Amino acid sequence: MHGERYRLTVKIIKVATGARTFLHGHTRFYPIATPHSYTRTHNRQSGNLHPVPGEPCMQQAGIQNETPNVAVEAIIRAEKIEKYYAQPSENRIQVISATDLKIVPGEILALLGPSGSGKSTMLRMLTGLSRPTAGQVYWHEKPIAETEINVSIVFQSFALFPWLTVLENVEAPLQARGVPADERRARSMRMLDTVGLDGFEAAYPKELSGGMRQRVGFARALVVEPEVLFMDEPFSALDVLTAENLRSELLELWAKKTMPTKAVFLVTHNIEEAVLLADRIIVLGRNPGHIRTDFRVQLPQPRDRKSEPFTQLVDYIYKVLTTPDVAPAQAPDQQAGKRVRDQRQMHYQMLPHARPGGMAGLLELLLDKGGRDDIYRLADDLAFEIDDLLPIVDAAQLLGFLKVEEGDAAITESGTEFANSEILRQKELFRDAAVANVLLLRQIRRALDAKSDHTVPEEFFLDMLDEQFSEEESLRQMETAVTWGRYAELFDFDASRRRFVLPDAQEEEAAASEGDE
Amino acid sequence: MRIQHPFARSLVFARTGPFFIDACVALCGLAIFFSVVRTGVYWMGKPVPVVPISHSLSALPVYAFYSIIRIGIAYLLSLVFAITYGYTAAYNPRIEAWMIAVLDILQSIPVLSFLPPVILAMVALVPGHQMGIELGIILLIFTGQVWNLAFSFYSSLKSIPREMLEASRIYRYSAWQRFWQLEMPYAAIGLVWNSIVSVAGGWFALIACEMFTMGDHNFQLPGLGSYLQTATASGDIRALVAGFAVVILIVVATDQLVWRPMIAWSDKFKFEQVESADRVVSPILEFFRRSTLLSSLPGRIWHSFEEPIYRRLARSKECRVVRPIDEDTARKSSASLWALAVAAIAIVGWGALQAILMLRTLTWPDVRLLLEGAGATFLRVNAALLISAAWTIPVGVAIGFNPRIARIVQPIAQVLASVPATAFFPILLIGLVRVGGGLGVGSIALMLLGTQWYILFNVIAGAMSIPSDLREVASLFRFTRWQRWTRLILPGIFPYLITGMVTASGGAWNASVFAEYTHLQDRTLQTIGLGAQIEAATDSGRFPVILLATILISMMVVTMNRLVWRRLYRLAETRYKLEG
Repeated sequence: MHGERYRLTVKIIKVATGARTFLHGHTRFYPIATPHSYTRTHNRQSGNLHPVPGEPCMQQAGIQNETPNVAVEAIIRAEKIEKYYAQPSENRIQVISATDLKIVPGEILALLGPSGSGKSTMLRMLTGLSRPTAGQVYWHEKPIAETEINVSIVFQSFALFPWLTVLENVEAPLQARGVPADERRARSMRMLDTVGLDGFEAAYPKELSGGMRQRVGFARALVVEPEVLFMDEPFSALDVLTAENLRSELLELWAKKTMPTKAVFLVTHNIEEAVLLADRIIVLGRNPGHIRTDFRVQLPQPRDRKSEPFTQLVDYIYKVLTTPDVAPAQAPDQQAGKRVRDQRQMHYQMLPHARPGGMAGLLELLLDKGGRDDIYRLADDLAFEIDDLLPIVDAAQLLGFLKVEEGDAAITESGTEFANSEILRQKELFRDAAVANVLLLRQIRRALDAKSDHTVPEEFFLDMLDEQFSEEESLRQMETAVTWGRYAELFDFDASRRRFVLPDAQEEEAAASEGDE
Repeated sequence: MRIQHPFARSLVFARTGPFFIDACVALCGLAIFFSVVRTGVYWMGKPVPVVPISHSLSALPVYAFYSIIRIGIAYLLSLVFAITYGYTAAYNPRIEAWMIAVLDILQSIPVLSFLPPVILAMVALVPGHQMGIELGIILLIFTGQVWNLAFSFYSSLKSIPREMLEASRIYRYSAWQRFWQLEMPYAAIGLVWNSIVSVAGGWFALIACEMFTMGDHNFQLPGLGSYLQTATASGDIRALVAGFAVVILIVVATDQLVWRPMIAWSDKFKFEQVESADRVVSPILEFFRRSTLLSSLPGRIWHSFEEPIYRRLARSKECRVVRPIDEDTARKSSASLWALAVAAIAIVGWGALQAILMLRTLTWPDVRLLLEGAGATFLRVNAALLISAAWTIPVGVAIGFNPRIARIVQPIAQVLASVPATAFFPILLIGLVRVGGGLGVGSIALMLLGTQWYILFNVIAGAMSIPSDLREVASLFRFTRWQRWTRLILPGIFPYLITGMVTASGGAWNASVFAEYTHLQDRTLQTIGLGAQIEAATDSGRFPVILLATILISMMVVTMNRLVWRRLYRLAETRYKLEG
């Protein structure tokens, strides 16, 4: 069994990148701590991982089907955890709906999702930093709040202490565990050596580059020899090259078992990053956060970004992410018993925080490209982070200007007209689309028309939004609505009085009062 | 190679510097020991309420020494109290809002009106020693210093970035480790800057209250304040100038020997990603760093003291479990907390009742006089603010737009702000009386002296913060002078101006108590005002008047804060904030 799969893995790589892959196939294979469990999960889920028929992985899965199921003990197991945030107005907003999740030894698990889907909240509940409102998190089957656990977090902002030297930063967690000074020093120095920072122990973090600072972050996380290493968007504050470099070094540490860590949990918004690193990917949806799909990635390491299976997987995830209202159609994994719930009855749509100008720009670019292009490539062409582009795509889709199909964005008829029009006509088209598609804008406009003085306080709508979104999100929704409404000349917003007004209401008001005299 | 020539001249030279420095440091140690003994003898001695003050110059160092000791102890007390208070407020959401409200009100009560009751209480508490009177004075200075420190520490704690807190939790820091490695370093810069303001306020109060009359009690403690006041009373100008010179000397020396090194040192606690280009440099700090003894000894002592603590703490339950960050205190609702709350309410209620009973003895003419005084003081304080603003805005903007001048002027303005106006006041007053002016003008002048600097250096900072591209736009479109001021400069400096004015108005109220009433060469000068009434009532020991006057001042300050300053502040925060 072992050898069988091993050979297969190598074969696949040879298809992809040629001769030098033998060694990589080798290194890829060893990190798995419990081969049995690994193969089990493999065969259960890989059957429909790739929608494309005849792809090598499918055959591999077929061979492994006979492996007996062996239950693995999860290191961390979340049982129906939910999270609510209390609002001052008595409303509790659900951030995460009841979710089950397991972190098992031997895997790199990536958590993907749009912003606001509760990725970070999930990470904090799994580490014990945040207590779930309902449900329980277990560490080796004991409640996490009462057990001595051994995890580390690598933070997006590094969270290094700027007043401590590199060495002191790495030593601090050991100090907290009462490790004697000499041993502390020795272990920290060894760890700094491992991450390639020897010679920098006396420097202060602010003297280092971003990449080196995150290396310190890794050294600090690994020096306590955590059983699970959590990473909260660890590479997103770094430039592209540095991030790439660190990612591959991390994989190398993991593959060579230089670190005693048994599992890695990565939160990211970067799809490619997830597909590059992870053995298993979970995609979260929002409002409230819930698991939309959970599947294994079986591409052998090192993964080739340009290979067909890789891009197919990336496209598949894009599709899941860009169609929040559709249950993942060809879910690569329909794990038995795991309910993939989707958007519950929603009153207001979640407005993506995009500007009308951005939409116009995107549509024009799309038109230049023949009306259809891969979203990922679009982001590349625009030199945009995908996280910045997605809201614009979402917004254009919401207004019916484009459609997302299989990770591609395709411009619609109205989108074409919009992109071809001059500004005043664009505003008209935008107004029509907004009134037709966006409930909040429609309501505001209707209220303004209905009232005799043609003004309505912002709070009126905020209260209604508050029932559905967190307070912060309500404000952001309102901000976006104001931007859109102003652009479409649906209404104006008087920021000093916090009121909506009809565009010409103020002049009318003035005219009326003059008339009275 | 060099090892073989141990007596080479180069080696001797290399060694000389540090050794000389170490010797100096050792001498300082001896001096400290001597001063501790001296203070101890004086403090534990019999209480002498009126210590005769000699006007000879040779007595000045001793007086300066006693004053410095008072300030120092009061400052250390304030620091400890502020940290405790801020820490408690920040980590107990249940009482947080209360503690901050209390802080806000206490901050606006003028220190000097506390003087008589505090002294009497302390003398009664520590009978038979000079320490009682001394502690009274120290406590008084303490109340003037502590609030802004507490507030600074509290708001620093509240603004620690979330991920830093999470890091400290996930790596299972004990409260001890979190305090020394996260909270204190994070709050250090705020504490240093507020300490400068606090100690300046301390000097202001000290000079005013080392010597005073209360009913038939006279108090006169050895110190610079008494020296200056007796010199004023007897019209000894030579002594007055000498005393004033010593005060300035102390202020400048503190700035150079304590604050500059502190600022330079606290630079390493700056929460920044990239090292900033302009840093405060302090030769004194460099000197200390070069001393082998001083740079390594405290660290080593601290280390050996700390190790066992960490080892013990690591075994405690607190440090073995990751505690959730979003519920720290929700569970701690014990009987003792309730008992404490009940006790606090009882004490406050009893005090309020006593105060009301005391106020009942006041007659209507008293009250009317106080209300008139309140009006007069109110006008005076605001006049002082307006005058300060009128000259500091144009000057501050001119300086701020010229970075080279700003770099020179700003530290000087900071030192000037630290010179206690109370020390300079007698000289000014004698001058005024000679010219023929009265205390009505004099008191405004004193308020000005005490407060204008805050506005000045805030305006300078504000002008420096206006982005140069905005200024370029203004000249590109050929703004008229009027447009430049109304469209660019005033909105640009607005938040800073407000910060400066708030600080200044607090200072002016505090100064009013001292400014409106003074003894000068056997005469008593006074003008209509609450401050004058407080002082006069202190002289004659009429506590109800003091109480009502203090209540009036506090109420005016609090209402002004609520109705005017806080609104302007919010406006500044929202509309006139220049970002990034």
